[in-house]
Amino acid sequence: MDFFLQLLVNGVCVGLLYGISAMGFVMIFKSSSVLNFAHGELLALGAFFFLALITWAKLPIIVAFILTLVGCFILGFLIEKFFLRPLIGEKLIFVIMLTVGLAAMFKGFILLIWGGNLHTYPSFLSESLSLNLGAIHIAPVYTATMVISIIFLVIFGLFFKKSSQGIYMRSVADNQKAALSLGVHVRRVFALSWAIAALVASMSGIVLGVMNGVNVHDLSSIGLKVFPVVILGGLDSIGGAIIGGIIIGLLETFTGGYLSPSLRDVVPYIVLVFILLIKPYGLFGLVEIERV
Amino acid sequence: MRKFSFHPCGNYHESYKQELNIFETDFGRACLLIFLAVLFFVVPFVAGPYTMYILNTIGIAAIAAIGLNILIGYTGQISLGHGAFFGVGAYAAAILATRLDISFLIAIPAAGFITAGVGMIFGLPSGRLKGLYLTIATLAGQFIIEYVLIQWESLTKGTMGIVLPAPKILQWTISGDRAFFFLIFISLVLMTLIAVNIMRSKYGRAFIAIRDNDRAAEGMGIPIFKYKLLSFGISSFYAGFAGALWAYYMVSITTEPFNLGLSVEFIAMVIIGGMGNIPGAIFGATFITLLNELLRYLTVLLMNINFVINLGFNIAPLKEFVFGLAIVLFILIEPKGLAELWRIIRSSFKLWPFSY
Amino acid sequence: MGDILLQLNNISVVYSDVIQVLKGVSLSVEKGHIVSLLGSNGAGKTTTLKAISGLLKPENGEVTDGSIIYKNINIQNQSPEYITRQGIIQVLEGRQPFKYLTIEENLRVGTATRAGKPYKEDLDMVYHYFPALVPRRKSLAGYCSGGELQMLVIGRALMAHPELLMLDEPSLGLAPLVVKEIFRIIKKINEEHGTTIVLVEQNARMALQVAHHGYVMENGKIVMEGMSSDLINNPDVKEFYLGMAASGIAKTYKDVKSYRRRKRWL
Repeated sequence: MDFFLQLLVNGVCVGLLYGISAMGFVMIFKSSSVLNFAHGELLALGAFFFLALITWAKLPIIVAFILTLVGCFILGFLIEKFFLRPLIGEKLIFVIMLTVGLAAMFKGFILLIWGGNLHTYPSFLSESLSLNLGAIHIAPVYTATMVISIIFLVIFGLFFKKSSQGIYMRSVADNQKAALSLGVHVRRVFALSWAIAALVASMSGIVLGVMNGVNVHDLSSIGLKVFPVVILGGLDSIGGAIIGGIIIGLLETFTGGYLSPSLRDVVPYIVLVFILLIKPYGLFGLVEIERV
Repeated sequence: MRKFSFHPCGNYHESYKQELNIFETDFGRACLLIFLAVLFFVVPFVAGPYTMYILNTIGIAAIAAIGLNILIGYTGQISLGHGAFFGVGAYAAAILATRLDISFLIAIPAAGFITAGVGMIFGLPSGRLKGLYLTIATLAGQFIIEYVLIQWESLTKGTMGIVLPAPKILQWTISGDRAFFFLIFISLVLMTLIAVNIMRSKYGRAFIAIRDNDRAAEGMGIPIFKYKLLSFGISSFYAGFAGALWAYYMVSITTEPFNLGLSVEFIAMVIIGGMGNIPGAIFGATFITLLNELLRYLTVLLMNINFVINLGFNIAPLKEFVFGLAIVLFILIEPKGLAELWRIIRSSFKLWPFSY
Repeated sequence: MGDILLQLNNISVVYSDVIQVLKGVSLSVEKGHIVSLLGSNGAGKTTTLKAISGLLKPENGEVTDGSIIYKNINIQNQSPEYITRQGIIQVLEGRQPFKYLTIEENLRVGTATRAGKPYKEDLDMVYHYFPALVPRRKSLAGYCSGGELQMLVIGRALMAHPELLMLDEPSLGLAPLVVKEIFRIIKKINEEHGTTIVLVEQNARMALQVAHHGYVMENGKIVMEGMSSDLINNPDVKEFYLGMAASGIAKTYKDVKSYRRRKRWL
């Protein structure tokens, strides 16, 4: 039973992180219909920027964290401006392959500078963050993950529901032409969604790095795990991304814990295929409102 | 009435039959014949073993890329599982050859058909899904197949790999780069011919109709699910066939190469070559294979320069970086691919000196 | 003649560098007036509006000739972001709501041209004109009826405080009573806010009743213009757009079909 609860807690934590990385992914997809295959690499870039800032530049943790987020925000902005903008209106496959190409470039860049080995951050989370609930022990990383995830969720929820900019972003995702006719700055929305996605990705990258160590291959494979998560939650639903993330996280930890560790990485994809066959637009995806 | 003709400077077709001709002019036909003659009767006897190796790799990749082009370029369904299908073909051939002791003449096409079956299973979601969702479904297919290949040890020997016997026709054993050159390139010519002919048949037209607008195609009475599945089947057949050739050529296979990276490389071949263009797939396969070899050569070269070693960088990942860059640049600069460049070059010759 | 707000001088529009849709259209819109633009399908009415609002570009269209002058500034081929910020808002044809946003969120998108400014009063203003929207303010626009959506998209445009509002077929696919209601409100907006309105319509009778001035387009050209009252009594307009024979008696469909001659003005 304790084992079960321990797995449950781990699963929820990992799931929240998946959910949050998926959120950035969904954001890009919602506003500009771009399937971002470089998401895992954005995660990794964030984690390595942070690594560089705290080990090479020896900045305090908080400063480094904020600098990384800002840096990735700008990076996302630039990616959109230089690579994605020329492709607006092109075929789906070009956009997909462009992000695949970007992924290879980023990965090559990281490997070139940091190599493929496992790096670790100096530990900076205090032990006081660890929780003991009965027999289960929650490590500080997990507590921090939950807190950060929930903060981000609330911020983004408010941003999309209440702020004007958030509503403009959703309007572009919904009907680009109508948004254009009302004077919404569509290109700015695209750029902003990339910037926010990169920011969120770097945040999840850092947290994952604290949790499992920083390794390009692991982090970039998270980028692919985002797919089952978003499909489960529906490609266009931000709330669904979180729930999808938690489900996938639980599924993974339980499969790893009870069945076999090697099955762990494939289970999300098996579930994915079944979900696509049964409920193609995900569990929480918007039902296409089609009117003639 | 036939006359030896050069390319006309406009569209002068008078019947559908003319429109469907593979070669518009006898000049084109002659060029191809000369090219094939040089390829088969001169190249193998002058090229060194390394060149032969590269040519063979190109030939195998081209077969797989043609298959993927039928799916992506002609039917408009994006598949990220082509690398895994290639692997299924390789394993199917290996298992048929080692367990059942079947001659390669049967094992290779059989591997193609087995892969076609697997491909159609993973094409099933295409009945309900389109675009992005389908792409993701094929991505899942890639991972599931990879997992099965590694874990189903009783059949695939897992990470140990399988060693294939050398292919034999009667008493003559095919081994060495030159012998394989003939096997691979005869296959390539045949497969190209089949692909070109599928595309000018009813099936090809149905594929193109589905690509351009699947709802409209359905409205015209094309059973789109059937054709999408067929397209998945044909494309996987090509992948499986190429995989089987590869397995024989490499002699021993493991699961390692058949990863997502391989799928991405195949898509890159299709895009860089030119979507919806069969010679384009061959150009793309050539380009990507040469690029890979060149990058490998360069990294080895760089790693032997003292200055670079002193920098303390590991140069190997440069390959990945440049590969990504090549894809990005191609998409941004010439999204129609090498086939379009080739067309532009050809037409500027054709129209010279009056370029309008 | 009062102030001219918008002036189109002999503009040509070409799509994809080859298809010429407008062939020298000139029209002028007086400040505070309602101007209606009539014509059959494919005459170029919508293209004219898009040329003004800058929405041609996403469709690969371009103004190749002539000039569009709005408040003494040349605005042809400007980006829609710029043009909307000058006070020109186009309401697209066929009611294009943001289906997954609620009615109120839809209205808030209308504030994009003046982002950051308070919008509460404007919401009240829109709800005042379209009380039918009030009970539905929290529901998704995708699930609202056609009439509600038409009110929504007009209201959404009003949120931008337009000086020139361009409506593209607001009567499309609506019941006659709803059409009447919408036209009543259009007239009211024009009178109370002094908003200049360009109205593109198939429903010529309705349009000419509210408009001050009318233009008739055919084949990418303006073929007739005049005061609405003159147009309504013009025998050709009557025959082609109001379904009346020259004698003033409604024709049966059979007659229209059998000997409708296609009159060309040019």
